[in-house]
Amino acid sequence: MHWNSVAEFFAMGGYALYVWGSFGACALLMIAEPLLARRRLSEVRRSLIRERLADELELQQKSQ
Amino acid sequence: MRQSVIHWFRFASPQSFYPLAGRMIPWFWAATAAFGIAGLWISFFVAPTDAQQGEGYRIIFIHVPASWMSMFLYLVMAFWAGLGLALNTRLSGMMAQALAPTGALMAALSLWTGALWGKPMWGAWWVWDARLTSELLLLFLYLGFMALQAAIDDPRRADKAGAILALVGVVNIPIIYFSVKWWNTLHQGSTINLTKAPSMAQTMLWGMLLMALCFWMYSIAVALTRVRAIILERERHTEWVKHALE
Repeated sequence: MHWNSVAEFFAMGGYALYVWGSFGACALLMIAEPLLARRRLSEVRRSLIRERLADELELQQKSQ
Repeated sequence: MRQSVIHWFRFASPQSFYPLAGRMIPWFWAATAAFGIAGLWISFFVAPTDAQQGEGYRIIFIHVPASWMSMFLYLVMAFWAGLGLALNTRLSGMMAQALAPTGALMAALSLWTGALWGKPMWGAWWVWDARLTSELLLLFLYLGFMALQAAIDDPRRADKAGAILALVGVVNIPIIYFSVKWWNTLHQGSTINLTKAPSMAQTMLWGMLLMALCFWMYSIAVALTRVRAIILERERHTEWVKHALE
């Protein structure tokens, strides 16, 4: 470990903007993408479940 | 022999791949976290300061893995697209479609981190250099593939059109990879290649490889999540989907 203080770590030897700009953008995109993918999956699942419920209701009404 | 052949084809159907992918995703996330923590630890706390570039070089730990993945994912995407075109298998087109956004993200990250590295070291965010330009073209190929598929309503036709675009675009991958050799570019030569010993400190190399593994596992995890969504979207009128959602 070659950092003497937390401030020195964040300063990145004067390259803070470039290093943290890179790692920050990377973290942001790699958090957002899985969330979006998961939302897409849960949305299609929800709509399929709704569809099935609607089908079941229709069947019940027909049998009555 | 016969058994194993049947076994492979079983998972090639969306119906059996959907639950399998669901079971695999948590393991790939665990691997992403493990490689990521180890890789970041080495990137920031173990790898020494570079003699020429100071701390600025630490961008390499995401720049190189993102660039590798952007090229590798394109090859995998083109492979699935080509397989779908040749064999007309249902799952192949879905796989290609699921990989494209992740590949685009990697290409965008490669360009973004490259710009942030180029500015302090070369004095320019961007130059029309062979490697940078061909990587930008790769991003456009991903975006073009996604736009083309989104523009065609019938998924089977969208797969076919996308596959042709993806396969033609494969030409660009060796151009990116060898651009630093073929042309006199501002971009530095490859840090690692198969024929020579790597031209960097061991710890830097390890950090980069661990981060590359992290990005790899991440790509698989997120692509599997997306392919599950695509499977349900496309197969929503089939009987198995009704039973898959208990």
